[in-house]
Amino acid sequence: MTENRDVWVFIEQNEGQVAEISLELLGKGRELADTLGSQVVGLLCGQQVSGLAQTAIHSGADLVLLADHPELAQYRTLPYSRVATDLVCERRPYIFLIGATPAGRDLAPRIASAVQAGLTADCTDLQIGDYLLRKDNRLYKDLLYQIRPAFGGNLIATIVNPETRPQMATVREGVMRRLPADTGRTGRVEHITPHFQAGDFALQVLSRQVRPPTIHLKDAAVIVAGGGGVSSPQEFKLIEELASLLGGEVGASRAAVDAGLIGREHQVGQTGVTVRPRLYIAAGISGAVQHRAGMDQSNKIIAINSDPNAAIFQVAHYKIVGDLSEVLPLLIQALREKTK
Amino acid sequence: MPYHSIVLVKQVPDTRSITGEVMTKEGTMNRSALPAIFNPEDLNALEMALQVKEQHGGTVTVLSMGPLQAAEVLRQSLYRGADRVILLSDRKFAGADTQATSYTLKCAINKIGAFDLVFCGRQAIDGDTAQVGPQVAEKLGVPQITYAEAILRLEGGEIVVQRALEHGTEVVQCRLPCLLTVVGSANQPRPPSARRRIAYKLAAVPAETLARLEQWSEFESAAALESHLAEHGLQITQWSAADLDADPAFLGLAGSPTQVYKVNYVVLEATESKEIPPTAEGIQALIEELMKEYIVG
Repeated sequence: MTENRDVWVFIEQNEGQVAEISLELLGKGRELADTLGSQVVGLLCGQQVSGLAQTAIHSGADLVLLADHPELAQYRTLPYSRVATDLVCERRPYIFLIGATPAGRDLAPRIASAVQAGLTADCTDLQIGDYLLRKDNRLYKDLLYQIRPAFGGNLIATIVNPETRPQMATVREGVMRRLPADTGRTGRVEHITPHFQAGDFALQVLSRQVRPPTIHLKDAAVIVAGGGGVSSPQEFKLIEELASLLGGEVGASRAAVDAGLIGREHQVGQTGVTVRPRLYIAAGISGAVQHRAGMDQSNKIIAINSDPNAAIFQVAHYKIVGDLSEVLPLLIQALREKTK
Repeated sequence: MPYHSIVLVKQVPDTRSITGEVMTKEGTMNRSALPAIFNPEDLNALEMALQVKEQHGGTVTVLSMGPLQAAEVLRQSLYRGADRVILLSDRKFAGADTQATSYTLKCAINKIGAFDLVFCGRQAIDGDTAQVGPQVAEKLGVPQITYAEAILRLEGGEIVVQRALEHGTEVVQCRLPCLLTVVGSANQPRPPSARRRIAYKLAAVPAETLARLEQWSEFESAAALESHLAEHGLQITQWSAADLDADPAFLGLAGSPTQVYKVNYVVLEATESKEIPPTAEGIQALIEELMKEYIVG
C-alpha cells in the first residue's frame, strides 16, 4: 500500500476571518501537493465558521475538514489538539503545516508529541527532496525539507523526518506567499464530529483583551531598523525620527529588542516579522542569518555599520561604513532639505 | 496550601554574543568561543516558582538535561533559592530533538514524583522552538499555559494566569497540575543570594567531585570528599538513562524523529553594492539618487 501524500494545513481563524498565515500556508501547501501529486487538506475548527471553508478552497485547498462545535469557539489547547490529533491518527497525512502564531506555536508541539511526529519550528523555506539515510544506506524519496536558520541564526539547517508522519512544520507569517483568491476553484467540505474527553476542558478562558496592532511592519513601504550597534535610547530616537521623516515604520533586530531598546513587535527576522519593503535601512545591525531571513527580499537596502566586515553589507545595495551617531543625523538633515 | 514546583532549565550557548571571533573566516563556528549561560527565560520561570514558594510554601525542584558542565545552571539555581536540583546527563541523551528531550524530561519528572506545577521558559535562545514545554505537558498528560506572564491567583487546586500574546493578553483558569511556559516580561529574576552562594559554591555532581579532589588535599579520597559534600547537602543528584524508567528507543538521537540533513554555514553572495562615504556630500547624493528612483519622497 502506498502511503497517502496529503498536505494538511491548519486553518486558523479569528473573529470570523481566516488568518493571513493560513492563506499563505495554503499557497505553499498547494505548491508542495502539486509536486507530490496529492491534495491539500485544510483543517478548520471553530463555531459557525463553515463560511470560511470556501475561503480556504479559493486559496488552494481541495478538501476542508470542518469541526464546527461550541467548545471550539475560541482557541484552547486541549479541545483543538483533541480534534487535530484524532484526525491525524486516523488519516496519517504526509505533511502538516501550522502557522507560527501564538496559537499555532501552542498547538503544533502538542499534536506532534501526541502522534510522535517530528516538528520543525519557524521554517523559512519548505521544499520536496530526497534523503539518503547513511546508517542503513536507505533512500527516502520526496521528503519535506524543513529549512530554517539555527543556532541563533548563524547557520541554515535542513531538517527531515524520514520515518514519522506527518512531517510537521510551523512557519511565520509573511514568509510564504498566498495565492490570489480564485473564486472559481471548487473543493469538498467534510464535517467532523469531535470526540472530546472530560479532561479537555481543564482550562477556561476568563477574558481576552486584543490590542489592535499599532505597527504594520509587514506591509510597510519603508522600514528603518536598529540593532545591537545602537548604543543608547537617545540614539534609537534618531532611528524613530528617520522612520517618521520617511513615512515608514521602525524595525529592530533581536539584539535591540533584547537590549530593551524597543518592543518585540518591532522585531524583523526569522522569529519576528518577515518584511519586503521598498526601502529598508539597517542601522547598527550586524546581519545574522536570523535577521537577514526576514528582510533580504527588500527592494533596496541601505546598511549603516561601523564594522566594514559586518555581514549585513553582503545584502545591502548601499553600504555606509560609519558611526550611527554621525550618519543618522546626516540622513535626517539631507532628507529635511530635499523634501521641504 | 503548599505547592510543589518543578522548573525545567537549560544551559545554552549565548547566541546573542556571536561576534567575529566566533565565526571563522571560512564561515564555520568556533562554539567554544561562546559563553554558556542560563537560558534567559528559564530564569523567569525559576523566579515565578520561587515566588509561589514564598507566598504559599512548598518546594522548588530544578531539573536540567545536558552535559556535566550544565551543573553550573543548577548551582545558579541553588544560589537563587532552589531546594533540590537534578542533572540528567548521559551520552544516551545526546543528539535529542524536542521530542526525545521532552520524553526524557517527562521520565525524570515521573521519578521525582507528585507535583502541582511545572515551569519552564517559553523558549531557549539556541533553538527558539518553544516546543519542549508543550511536549512535556502532553507527555505528562497535563494542561499547558504557554506565554505565562503572571499568576493572578493560586488557590486550592486552581490557578489563574495572565498570558502575554502577540496582540493582547488572555486570562485563563486551569486546574492543577499543569505546566506553564514563562515569558521574559513576567518578572525580574532575582540575583544569586550572597549567603546562598557561599553555602552552595561547592555543590557538585559526582564527576565534578572527582575532578576537584586534586585541589583539595585535605580530603584523602574521593569517598571522603563525597561524604563531606553529602553531609552538607552539596551533592547534586545526577541521573543517567539507567536511573529513569525510560524506553531507550525514545532517547537521544535514536528517539528523535527529526534529523539534520545538512547544515549550511552561511556563505553570503554579495549583492552588488555601492559604498557611500559617511559625509554630508555622500549622504546628500544618496538621497538624491533614491528620490530619482522614487524609493524616497
